[in-house]
Amino acid sequence: MAESVLSIRDLRVTFQTQMGELCAVRGVDVDIAAGEILGVVGESGSGKSVSFLAAMGLLPATATVTGSVMLDGVELIGAKKKLVRSIRGRLMSMVFQDPLSALNPVHRVGDQIVEMIQSHQKIDETKAFARAVELLEIVGIPQPDERAKQYPHEFSGGMRQRVVIAMAIANNPKVLIADEPTTALDVTVQAQILEVIQRVQQSFGTAVVLITHDLGVIARVADSVNVMYAGRNVESGSVQDLFDHPSHPYTRGLLSSLPQEGIERLIPIAGFPPNMLAPPPGCGFAPRCPHVIQSCNASLPSLVPFEGLMTSCIRADELRIGGLRS
Amino acid sequence: MTEIVIPTFTPRQLAWKRFIGHKAAVVCSIVLVLLALAVILSPLTARYGVNESVKAPPNSYLSPSKLAWLGTDDIGRDLYSRLIYGTRVSLLIGLCSAFISVFVGCVVGAIAGFRGGRFDDVIMRVTDLFLAFPFLVALLVVRNMFGSVDWLTFIIGDMSSLRFIIFLLSFFGWMGVARIVRGQVLALKEREFIEAARAAGASRSYIIKRHLLPNSIGPIMVALTFSVVGAISGEATLSFFGYGPQPGAGATSLGLLVGQAKGAVQTGFWWIALFPCLILVLISLCINFIGDALRDATDPRLDATK
Amino acid sequence: MFRFALRRSAWAIPTLFLVTFLVYIALRMGTDPLASYMRSNPRATRSKIAQYKELNGLGSNFVTGYFSWLQNFVTFNWPRSIKGSREVWPELKDALANSARLGAAATTVGVSIGLTIGIFAALRPGGKRDVAVNTVAFVGISIPPYISSILLQLLFAVYWSKWFGSTLFPTSGVYPPGQDGFNLVLMLKHMALPTVVVAIQIIAVYSRYMRSSLLDVLNSDYMRTARSKGLSEFRVLMRHGVRNALIPVITIAALDIGAIVGGLIITENIFDYPGTGKYFLSAFANGDFPLLMPLMVIIVGSVLLFNLIADLSYAILDPRIRLD
Repeated sequence: MAESVLSIRDLRVTFQTQMGELCAVRGVDVDIAAGEILGVVGESGSGKSVSFLAAMGLLPATATVTGSVMLDGVELIGAKKKLVRSIRGRLMSMVFQDPLSALNPVHRVGDQIVEMIQSHQKIDETKAFARAVELLEIVGIPQPDERAKQYPHEFSGGMRQRVVIAMAIANNPKVLIADEPTTALDVTVQAQILEVIQRVQQSFGTAVVLITHDLGVIARVADSVNVMYAGRNVESGSVQDLFDHPSHPYTRGLLSSLPQEGIERLIPIAGFPPNMLAPPPGCGFAPRCPHVIQSCNASLPSLVPFEGLMTSCIRADELRIGGLRS
Repeated sequence: MTEIVIPTFTPRQLAWKRFIGHKAAVVCSIVLVLLALAVILSPLTARYGVNESVKAPPNSYLSPSKLAWLGTDDIGRDLYSRLIYGTRVSLLIGLCSAFISVFVGCVVGAIAGFRGGRFDDVIMRVTDLFLAFPFLVALLVVRNMFGSVDWLTFIIGDMSSLRFIIFLLSFFGWMGVARIVRGQVLALKEREFIEAARAAGASRSYIIKRHLLPNSIGPIMVALTFSVVGAISGEATLSFFGYGPQPGAGATSLGLLVGQAKGAVQTGFWWIALFPCLILVLISLCINFIGDALRDATDPRLDATK
Repeated sequence: MFRFALRRSAWAIPTLFLVTFLVYIALRMGTDPLASYMRSNPRATRSKIAQYKELNGLGSNFVTGYFSWLQNFVTFNWPRSIKGSREVWPELKDALANSARLGAAATTVGVSIGLTIGIFAALRPGGKRDVAVNTVAFVGISIPPYISSILLQLLFAVYWSKWFGSTLFPTSGVYPPGQDGFNLVLMLKHMALPTVVVAIQIIAVYSRYMRSSLLDVLNSDYMRTARSKGLSEFRVLMRHGVRNALIPVITIAALDIGAIVGGLIITENIFDYPGTGKYFLSAFANGDFPLLMPLMVIIVGSVLLFNLIADLSYAILDPRIRLD
C-alpha cells in the first residue's frame, strides 16, 4: 500500500454539554493515500463528520480533541493555530453537505473563490479571478466567466455544490474532505457531483475522503471503506472485500437494508444507536446486534485483520459469511 | 448502563422555569411588586398629603432629613410622599394606555396578517411612517389637533386630563404591537399545524382562538411590557415640556416631578433632580428586564435544555 | 438596481405630499395660526391679516389652503414668523446646521461604539462581556434622554466646579456668552455633553441589534466554509460575519432616525443648544405656524430620505433582493 497522505490515529472528540460529556468520537484510525477515494459510512451521529471537522480544526471551543492527525508528515492535533490555519484550505480542504447555505449569499462566487486562493498564495486580484474562472470550468460550470460574477442565489443547488468544490480544490489540496456532498441534492445531480469529484481525484491525484450514509455512493466511486458506528471504526477495507464478505453484523445490516436485485424485502436494523452521553462499555453495536453474546459487552473491541478486512467484531470468525448463509 | 432521564415540561411550565432562571428579571419583578404595593397602599406608605407642607415655613428646599426623607420641594412639600403619588398616576397612565394599545394592536395586526393584500399594505405603510417620525413632534402636533376637536374632547376630556393623555399615548402605542402581531400571524400562517387545522375544516375564528392566540401570547406579553415603558416615558416626556396632564389640585406625576428637576439642577438641590429620575429609570429598567426575560422564556426556538 | 432606486424614489414623492398635507391640517387645527397671529399682533390692519392668511394658505378649506401654502413654499415666498415678524429661513438654517452637527457627532460616536460592543458581546454569548454589554444596553435604553441630561448637568454644572474648581464641559449653548466667530475647541466642549446623551441611546439600541443579528449569522454554514478556507478569525468575522449581520441592522436604522431626531429635540432643549429642537419647541409654544411648517417639511423629507437610503443600501448590501 502506498504511503498515506492523511493518517489519523486514535482520534477522540468529546463535547462539553449541559447534560454532561458527550463522546462523539472514541478512537478512530484513518489512512488514505494520494489519489485514493476513501468512503466513510455510518448513520447520523456516528461521528463520521465530527472526526474530519476535528482534523480540519473546525470544531467549536466546547470540543476536546485528542489523538493524532498527521497530514503529509505534519502533526495537526495540538499544533499552533496559525499552522493549522495555513494548512486548512491549502493542503486539506472541505466540501460541505448543504450547498445552499455553504456559500456566503452577499459575495460573488468568483470573489469567494478568489478569497480562498489569496488566503494562501501571493497573487494579484485579476490573476486570482482568472484562476477562479478556470476552476469553475474544471468543475463543469458553463460560461464560467459570466457565472463567476454572479451571486450564489443565481445558481441551482447542484451548480452551487460545483462552486464549493471549485473553491475547495483552488489551492490543489492533497486531501479533499467531502462531507455528504450529495445528500441535499436530487438523484440525477448527485451522479454529476460524484463524477466531478472523481475527475478531480483522477486529474490532480487528490486524496478524497467521501463521508456519506449512502452505501450506493461508496460502491460507485470509493476505493476503500471505513464503516463507523457509535464514534468508532467497526470495519474497514477495500470496497470489493467489504461488499463481498462483510464481517461485522452492522455492516451486514447496512448492506441488507440496501435495495438489491432479487431481494424483495429490505431488512431494517432494529433499535437505535446508543446514547453517546453514556456509551456502552463494550461493542457499541451490541444492544442492537442479533448475534450478541456476553463477552461483546465486556470491553471495547479493537480492530483486527480478518479475511482482508479490519473488523472489530469479536465473533467475526464464527459468523463468517458462509456460515450465515447456510 | 445508566438510564438518562430527560424531564419533559409543558410549554407553559418551561416558560415559567426559564423566567425564574433569569435572575435579574425575578429581582425586577419583586421590585416592581413592592413599588406597586407602596403605590396602591399610598394612604399608609405616604407620610404627608400630596399638597401638605412638612412644617411651617421656612420649609422650602430642605435637604433630606428625618422630617422629610428625600427632602422637600420649593413650597415645602415632602418629595418622598409626592413621588409615591406621582408614581401612582404614572403607573395608571402606563398600564391603561398599554392595555388599550395592545388590544388595538392585536386586532389590527391580526386582521392585517390574516387578510393581507391592500389593507395590510396601507396599515404597514402608515405604521412605518409613524414609527419613523420623531415621537415628540408627532405627539405634540396630534395632541393639539385632538384638543381642538370639540366632540373628541367631549369624549376623552380636554388636553390636561388623564383620560386625554391615555388616549393620546394609546393612539401612538398600538402600531408597534400591530407590527409584532402581524409578523407573528404571517409566520404562524405558514406553519404546518395551522394548515392541518384548516385542512381539517376548522373555522377561522377557531384557528385564531385555539392556535394563533396561544402561540402569539409570548410576543404579545413582551409587547405589553414595552408598551407600558413607552407610555410611562411618553407621559414623562410630555410633562417634562409642560404638555402633560394636570391632574389637578397639586396632584403630580413622575413626568411633572422630573420636569421640576430641570429647574432644580442649576441651583444644586440635588435631591429634587436625583430621586424622581431614579424612580423613573428604575421602573423602566425593571419592566424592560422583565420583557426581555419574557421574550427569552416564551421563545419556542430556544433549546429546551438550556 | 437603477430602476429599483427610481421606483422607490417615485414612491417617496407622493408620500411627501400626503404627509405634509396631513401635517398642514394637524398644525392648522392644533395651533390655530390665525388666533396666534391676532394674539401677537392685536392691532394688525385688515390688509395685513389678509396678506398673512394668503401667505400661509389659511384661506377657506384645507385643500385649497394647502395648495396655496405649497405654492408660496416652493416659490420661496415664505411668510415671516408670527412672533417678532422675523425671516424664517436664516433662523431655520442655523438651527438645522447646529442640529446636524450634533446629530452627526452623536451618530458617529454612538453607532461606532454600539456596533463594536455588539460584536464583542456576540463573540461569546453568555460570557462575562456579553452580560456586561447586555446590562449596559438595558440601562441605556431605560434612561430617557431628559434624565441623562439632567444627571449630567447636575454633575458638570454644579458638582464638577464645586469639587475641582473649574468647568470641564459647559452645560448650555454652543459658545460662551460673548464669543464671536468660530472656535473649534469651545464648540466641541459645548457639544460634548449633549453628544453623550444622544449617543447613549444610540449605543444601547445598536449594540443590541448588532449582537442579535451577528449571533444569527455566526451560526450559519457559510461561516464554517469561510473558516475552512484558512482565513484569519478576524477576516472571517469582518468579511463574512459582520458584513452579513449589518444588513438587518441597516433596515432598522432607518426606522431609528426619528428616534434620534426626537432625542436631539429633547437634549437640545435641556442644554439650551440652539438647534431644531429649541426652534421647534419655542415655535410650538407660540403657535407660530410660519416657523413650524418649513421645519415639518424638512423632518418629513428627511424621514423619507433616510428610509430611501436604507432601502437602497439594503439592496446594495444584499444581492438577493436586488433583482426585483
